[in-house]
Amino acid sequence: MSSIESKPRVALFVTCLVDLFRPSVGFATIKLLEDAGCVVDVPEAQVCCAQPAYNSGDRKDTVAIARQVIETFEDYDYVVAPSGSCGGMIKDHYPALFAAEPDWQRRAQDLSARMFELTSFLVDVLKSDPVAASLNAKVTYHDSCSGLRELGVKAQPRALLGSVDGVELVEMKTPETCCGFGGTFCVKYGEVSTDIVSRKTADIAETGADMLLAGDMGCLLNMAGKLKREGSSMQVRHVAEVLAGMTDTPAIGESK
Amino acid sequence: MSMEVTSQFFEKNASKALKDPNLRKAMQIIGGPMASRRVETARELPEFEALRDEGVKIRNHVLQHIDLYLERFEQQLTARGGKLHWCRTPREARETILALCRSRDAKLVTKGKSMVTEEIGLNAFLEEHGITPVETDLGEYIIQLAHEPPSHIIGPALHKTREQVAELFEDHHPDYELNGRKAGPRSTEPQVLVTEARHVLRDRYFQADVGITGANFLIAETGATVIVTNEGNGDLTQSLPKMHIAVSSIEKVIPNLEDLSTILRILARSATGQEMSCYTTLSCGPKRPEDIDGPEEFHVVLVDNGRSEMLGTELQPLMRCIRCGACMNNCPVYHSVGGHAYGWVYPGPIGAALDPHMIGLETARHLPNASTFCGKCEEVCPMRIPLPDIMRYWREQAHEKQITPPLQRWGVELWAFAAKTPWLYRLGTRIAIAALNMLGKDKGRFAKMPLASGWTDGRDLPAPQSAETFMSQYKSRKGSRK
Repeated sequence: MSSIESKPRVALFVTCLVDLFRPSVGFATIKLLEDAGCVVDVPEAQVCCAQPAYNSGDRKDTVAIARQVIETFEDYDYVVAPSGSCGGMIKDHYPALFAAEPDWQRRAQDLSARMFELTSFLVDVLKSDPVAASLNAKVTYHDSCSGLRELGVKAQPRALLGSVDGVELVEMKTPETCCGFGGTFCVKYGEVSTDIVSRKTADIAETGADMLLAGDMGCLLNMAGKLKREGSSMQVRHVAEVLAGMTDTPAIGESK
Repeated sequence: MSMEVTSQFFEKNASKALKDPNLRKAMQIIGGPMASRRVETARELPEFEALRDEGVKIRNHVLQHIDLYLERFEQQLTARGGKLHWCRTPREARETILALCRSRDAKLVTKGKSMVTEEIGLNAFLEEHGITPVETDLGEYIIQLAHEPPSHIIGPALHKTREQVAELFEDHHPDYELNGRKAGPRSTEPQVLVTEARHVLRDRYFQADVGITGANFLIAETGATVIVTNEGNGDLTQSLPKMHIAVSSIEKVIPNLEDLSTILRILARSATGQEMSCYTTLSCGPKRPEDIDGPEEFHVVLVDNGRSEMLGTELQPLMRCIRCGACMNNCPVYHSVGGHAYGWVYPGPIGAALDPHMIGLETARHLPNASTFCGKCEEVCPMRIPLPDIMRYWREQAHEKQITPPLQRWGVELWAFAAKTPWLYRLGTRIAIAALNMLGKDKGRFAKMPLASGWTDGRDLPAPQSAETFMSQYKSRKGSRK
């Protein structure tokens, strides 16, 4: 194995939803990155990528928070988030925020080039070996919108799941259709959001899978919440948990 | 005067739509076959993506030189005996059209499908002035009978089930007979209903004094207007009466026929998943002495209605729109609520981006907010209009101008204040997460949550996994490792 100097220094951008709702996804991410040969650090000053402000039209606060994120993650080879949504915000939208400030824009572009969604980082950047996990389950995978359309995350999680011993992947009819989460949308337009997710859960149920996976906590909380309300026994987990072999915790929305 | 606006009641409209069983049945068609046919026909054409790029280039070029192309169009139209009427406002357009109809002493006008005439509220205006407009596009005809606005820009009656159409026909053509006998209880077979509409409308074409159509494109090189239809109704509407009025808007101009063929190849594929629509009709002026038919007069009413104000702004890309409807066919919000919930002429993502400009942000403020930003609309838009970016632009305008309700504004600003002060954020979240975890531990989720009923009315809220946030767990683990 290579020496510590040649190992990439990776900062974990844990995302606010993992921080608050599902710490195990953060630890699963660290394990996957370390297993793939990275030195992982979690900078303490991190809070959020600013999407709630950005999508609510609060540009001033968005820019202030983005500066904070850019400064916090300046000194790492890579920054990795277990989320396509937060990853997309930083990689895709940050540079445009600083169109009028060339110096900050350069820094935003520099971070953008080092920023990756977890599965995309493992497959596209590290070209890492198959994961050493096993799980006896029939799973289905939801492509979260930002990961899919902003970062091109589609084949990567499937390739990694293919290397998990015992996992059978069954596709939904509409894996790329939005689950209706949409950040603050899900509360502001709750009725519409609920209707959208009910189409999604119908599609999920039709697969006959016993586990639903995705790479974004927002979508997962939404779909798990609807499945549980419908009385479904489907387990809902972040894909990192399965890849890291850390499925001993209760699934999302469950107590045991 | 123009169509009644209900966009300000989006939430109420949406709630009503979600409980309408007929609408829900109709919406399944849009989300299913309409959307998948687009994917299939696009796949069959290897150069589809390149054609999209070419289309964007054509439109961007025109928008850079729109004055030049519009003047060229007028020159060519005039040279072929047509007349152009420049109308800045809906009112100017309505009055111009009324004056033209009166010059022919018109009592009855037939109409092809035109969203711009919806925009300017033409039908109600003509009726008020003693002129009867008859819509000849089947969908438009159905909603005219039902006294409803269109719910989709290319399928205005998509929200109606065939049972509802049969009922409308029963009410409006009580004496309709086919082959000498009354049909009895009306069939709900689409074929039979279409035949009935055809028969009823056939007489109207001959009785009409004026035919009004829209125009999908205006060709600067030849002065021709172009309509794209599937029913052939547009041809009968514009060629049988003595006067043809084409109502269109300034951004529809394109340089030449080459450009037309480029855009036509992506239009129908994006719209209905057809390779081409059944009829593509070019109108090149009034009847010439050697022609056997055609109108004696040909007028083009060109409406601005705020469009020129979009030039050179963040909104300019909206002027690339070719009104195919792909954005709404693929929008999860549209699939849930249908077109009427948006409350104005243009629904779905294009409406969410365009309507705030046309009817005012205060009235339309919900529309750019009622989006999950899933990005599907931009993915399918043949003209690659950055619809989510434009919706976000409106959200920023609403925040800045304090059009967003105070509670929502303060909520975001309070959250942002915490996010900018990490120690405060950590303290606040540590307390909140510990409390939530304690309350939700038994079940692992909440069925009810104060202040979050928008979430919990329809689904459970998963509880935090642990009493401690990731950050504090990580800190203590790291501490014990050292």
